[in-house]
Amino acid sequence: MAEITYLEAIREALTEEMERDPNVFCLGEDIGAYGGAFKVTEGLQARFGDTRVIDTPIAEAAIIGAAAGAAHMGMRPVAELQFIDFISCGYDMLTNYVATARYRAFLPCPMVVRGPSGGYVRGGPFHSQNPEAAFLHTPGLKIVYPATAADAKGLMKAAIRDDDCVLFFEHKYLYRRVKDVMPAGDHVVPIGKARVAREGTDVSIITYAATVWKALEAAAQLEREDGISVEVIDLRTLLPMDDEAIAATVRKTNRVMIVHEDTRTGGIAGEITARINETCFEWLDAPVLRVTAHDVPLPYSPPLEDYVLPQVSDIVAVARHLARY
Amino acid sequence: MEFPAQPLDLDAMLAFTPRSERDVPRVARPYADQLTREQRLALYRHMRMTRSLEERLVALYRQTKVVGGLFRSLGQEADAVGSAFALERRDIMSPLIRNMGSMLVKGATPLEILRQYMAKGDSPTRGRELNIHFGDLDRGFVGQISHLGDMIPVMAGIALSFKLRGEDRVVLVYIGDGATSTGAFHEGINFAAVQKVPMVVVVENNGYAYSTPTGRQTAANSFMDKAVGYGITGAQADGNDVLAVYDVTRAAVERARAGGGVTLIELITYRRKGHAEHDNQSYVPDGETEWWAANNDPVDRFIAWLRERDGVTDDELAAIDAAVSAEIDAATDLAEASPMPEPLDGLEGIYAEPPRLAPHWYRAGVRTAVEQHERPAGWGTHDG
Ligand SMILES: Cc1ncc(C[n+]2csc(CCOP(=O)(O)OP(=O)(O)O)c2C)c(N)n1
Repeated sequence: MAEITYLEAIREALTEEMERDPNVFCLGEDIGAYGGAFKVTEGLQARFGDTRVIDTPIAEAAIIGAAAGAAHMGMRPVAELQFIDFISCGYDMLTNYVATARYRAFLPCPMVVRGPSGGYVRGGPFHSQNPEAAFLHTPGLKIVYPATAADAKGLMKAAIRDDDCVLFFEHKYLYRRVKDVMPAGDHVVPIGKARVAREGTDVSIITYAATVWKALEAAAQLEREDGISVEVIDLRTLLPMDDEAIAATVRKTNRVMIVHEDTRTGGIAGEITARINETCFEWLDAPVLRVTAHDVPLPYSPPLEDYVLPQVSDIVAVARHLARY
Repeated sequence: MEFPAQPLDLDAMLAFTPRSERDVPRVARPYADQLTREQRLALYRHMRMTRSLEERLVALYRQTKVVGGLFRSLGQEADAVGSAFALERRDIMSPLIRNMGSMLVKGATPLEILRQYMAKGDSPTRGRELNIHFGDLDRGFVGQISHLGDMIPVMAGIALSFKLRGEDRVVLVYIGDGATSTGAFHEGINFAAVQKVPMVVVVENNGYAYSTPTGRQTAANSFMDKAVGYGITGAQADGNDVLAVYDVTRAAVERARAGGGVTLIELITYRRKGHAEHDNQSYVPDGETEWWAANNDPVDRFIAWLRERDGVTDDELAAIDAAVSAEIDAATDLAEASPMPEPLDGLEGIYAEPPRLAPHWYRAGVRTAVEQHERPAGWGTHDG
């Protein structure tokens, strides 16, 4: 079987789920004939018609709010945001309406909000964001952010079948760069389960999305140059977070760093650090360290973007420091 | 004051191909008629600069010297240039991605634009922002963000400050046909209308929002109609006729200056290139862009007008074109020679105060975590 890209894997998941369940439909800007800004939905409108693949006006609050309404009625909407940065225009809908609907009004919101996220592509401050931390703080939403093509497919299928609202972040740097052979059959990856991307014994790197690949590259270099054995944990789902997988790796290596692309202050790495402190303190031989973006809006120019975002060399430097600690 | 603009019938306009003033039904253009020949040549020069500079950017883009995407305004030069030309120097305008022409009118230079597109350290945003996302309040334009519609409330606030302080200044804000669908557009224009601030909103109806045709964006017959709902004045003009654009905008600006509140102007134009250079426009019906290129090019139309009505000679036009080319050549050389930004410069300018946090220790090349509070030499020494 041939390998397909992360992007094609998402399209395959959408196609299979639309075929399986007539309640699944897609809506978003330019997703129809054009196939979406990144071509994730290419061909879907030709196949399923323009009532199941709906081009919307530029109105993120309307897209998310309407998806919620349809979801209340048993539909399974998949809303695309052209860039995840524009989720901010639907923030009120997501955090106030969607996230609270089941709790306060017994209204289910089985819907997916998906979109290209992340940097390393010279997209400047408004086409590179990683807004997951803003939603991690909102009970009622689920957050998925895959790093591999197989996970992109399996998690998308799980997200569509999930009975709650899943924010599905797709890393645009990975769209065409990573590939997998898809597992045969109905490939569904459970939401909430982390993955050991590489086994190791000296230092753990807990990460997700594009920085999984940076961590793997760093791990290979550390093995080669320093003989340090690095374990890499790919969280895959950020909310709910796989605390067991985190605890297991802490107990194994006793030295942990968290790597993410989003900025540091108030970020997800801080949350993970606190959880480790609370439950695994006795197992630590070193402080938990963070490798993240600097606390600035993401700049456009290559030397600036390279400096602000975490790089392999940063991960290597911190891992060496931890191993020596 | 009597509002002079006549609403145009889009169907009639599309069927009918005006090439010169002689062919166009004669409408009153009290403001455009007052322009001097010199001012009309300045309009031509700005339109030529817009087109030629974008052509240069395309060449640089193909050589991968442009970092990021390239967004053309081919076919919309009259809309951008004619409307901005209606402002006084003290007025403030907020451009969109297809308003490079408006920025040139407001005094942005080709060198700034080239450096910005090439992500250079001496670009107006020092490499932080891309394409024409930059502003300069002294010259009267505000840097936009990508989030469509967001500039409408912001510009309403600028206009509100003019009103509160009794300043004789006006705000002009551009919005695409697609972006009128956003919540921010509605909230901002409604607020401006209620406050009766001196604001002109130019809706550039260029037929498409990315791949989405206008009919999928709004069920309204025209954008001008929306003015009724906000309780403001609406107007419409042929966006490919630079003098008509100037006239309708100038009338709205004068109305705003005189305390007449907000005007919504719909300019009918056409986006002849894709959303950006990477977009092959597969969604556009065959022959459509070609029709506009052949029959309704704003530069060609204005040249015909200048020849017939102002007696402008080929030599005069060639001299302007040559001066524009020379300026672009010189600016390109300078921009190419410009340095890329220094990495640490990316950490400055977040707050008014110089930065307090040091770079993460592992970036600064410092060996231990303890030293993370030391600033590297030369960092944070100039204002952001
Ligand atoms: C809130 C928001 N949603 C989506 C986008 C992505 N986007 C950028 S430009 C564009 C189309 C804009 O169309 P229009 O307003 O008609 O302007 P035009 O490009 O035609 O000049 C879209 C959807 C955005 N920038 N902001």
